[in-house]
Amino acid sequence: MSGQVGLRGKAWFQAFTGQNSPMKGDPGSILVADAKLGDDYARFLCVVPDPHGRFPCVRSGEVGLEEAYTLAARLREAIERDEKGKKRPIIAIVDVKSQAYGRREGTAAIFLAAAAAADAYASARMKGHPVISLVVGQAISGGFLTHGYQANRILAFDDPGVVIHAMHKEAAARITLRSVQELDRLGHEILPMSYDIQDYAKLGLLHKLLHVENPDTPSPTTVAHVQQELIAAIADARSGSTDLRNRIESEGAREWRKAGRAARARMEEQWALA
Amino acid sequence: MSAASVIPAVSAPEFVKRRSFIELDARARAQSLMDPGSWRELVGPFDRIESPWLPEQGIAPQSDDGCVVLKGAIAAKPAVVIALEGGFQAGSMGEVSGAKMTAALDLAKKDSENGKKTAAVILLETGGVRLQEANLGLAAIAELIASLLALRQHAPIITVIAGTVGCFGGMSLAAGLSSYIVMTPEARLGLNGAEVIEQESGIEEFDSSDRALIWAIYGGEQRVGMGVADELVMDDAPKVAAAVQRFVKVGLPSQHRSEQVDLYRRRIAALDTSKQIDPLSLSRLWSPNRGAQ
Repeated sequence: MSGQVGLRGKAWFQAFTGQNSPMKGDPGSILVADAKLGDDYARFLCVVPDPHGRFPCVRSGEVGLEEAYTLAARLREAIERDEKGKKRPIIAIVDVKSQAYGRREGTAAIFLAAAAAADAYASARMKGHPVISLVVGQAISGGFLTHGYQANRILAFDDPGVVIHAMHKEAAARITLRSVQELDRLGHEILPMSYDIQDYAKLGLLHKLLHVENPDTPSPTTVAHVQQELIAAIADARSGSTDLRNRIESEGAREWRKAGRAARARMEEQWALA
Repeated sequence: MSAASVIPAVSAPEFVKRRSFIELDARARAQSLMDPGSWRELVGPFDRIESPWLPEQGIAPQSDDGCVVLKGAIAAKPAVVIALEGGFQAGSMGEVSGAKMTAALDLAKKDSENGKKTAAVILLETGGVRLQEANLGLAAIAELIASLLALRQHAPIITVIAGTVGCFGGMSLAAGLSSYIVMTPEARLGLNGAEVIEQESGIEEFDSSDRALIWAIYGGEQRVGMGVADELVMDDAPKVAAAVQRFVKVGLPSQHRSEQVDLYRRRIAALDTSKQIDPLSLSRLWSPNRGAQ
């Protein structure tokens, strides 16, 4: 596991873009840059820890109010600029602990901020921007819904430091009154509860699992390899639909989401008759 | 002193005569919103498509997975009403309930594209992801968000949060990107509930036993007052139905709230974050009825 959530994201952002500071007017927790990727200039977005952030519950790599609205603003900026031209790829580098768990956030309607970011990502996708999520570390709960889960294609590192889940393990243990060990055991029995990225990959939601050496300290060779994977995912996204049907039509979904697929098929039959 | 001065003569009988919406289950709520005789339930309890994950954990599934879908008309316009049953697993999103919602919205979008604009009304009594289906629940919410946004290009999405569960977790994003939100004073809306904040950030951040504070922050009156929800209605089924009908007739807003990024970015930048934010002051500051922003 990487030492601190968000640092791995920052390392990869820097490796792809050569930048490590926020755009003018943005909070220290959001890094955005346009950088060459194959034949494109892609927009990279990343949430990083900012120990000096204005909001006390958003200093360790969580997604808070400023983070969500800044992501939304930078995404809408890219959509507007490409309104008439070629749609630049959007790359979300994901290493987010969670949404911000603060009272200030509750009061100022973080639900709307999160919705605004998800809206902007989905709008980019629906307008024809290839939106790719690269999960390099954690992708937990509202953090992932806000930053990355609306992508056409999701790539993730095959690494123990990568966790995609509805709730981080300690919180899930506290809420369900189970020990972390019990949760691990349950995860091995019930696939969607697993914290293991290889188990997650079976569900058919991922485009691809990437094997990378030393993900905390990306070497030029590793970076070049991941860039090639991003370029391939962009091409795949451009040739596919702008919705998320690939997630429910995947081989994994056919195996592990049988009930959901049955519900959808039945809905289609009955809708036509009603 | 006359009795009339103690108990207002008009509102008392009205309050007694009202037909509670909150006391209805999800199915009855959904039915009460549609034009009588216009609707049909799709993938209902007799289809018996249940969660395959709950029995594995010793939990009884429900034959509709806590999600009721009605196709019909509201104010004589095509509509689909989707209601989550707060009484089943706190209205949480699982694989099946998520698939039902998403499929119905996708079909409404298809009809809308073919010229039959179909509005969606979603009744959200939900704590968010069903933790027993963890990653499939989160994935279902991501897909639901995608389908809501796709339909929203053609027809309005109207969220109704009546209580008593409220709308929390990832499902609060679904509310956030709706065209309109209708709430009762008993309803709450937020990403993290008070218990979760207390657990994650400590009791000094949020004392979840403080009911008054919870409603001051998340309650329908506050959310409508601060302009992040649109209409406050009393717990009365005909009044909720009338509000929904009005929004169906109005159709799409010129801009959705979740697209008003610059406005909210400025508002967040202007907040004093050195201390907790007073809900009432925020409501005065953000109120849509205040005129200038």
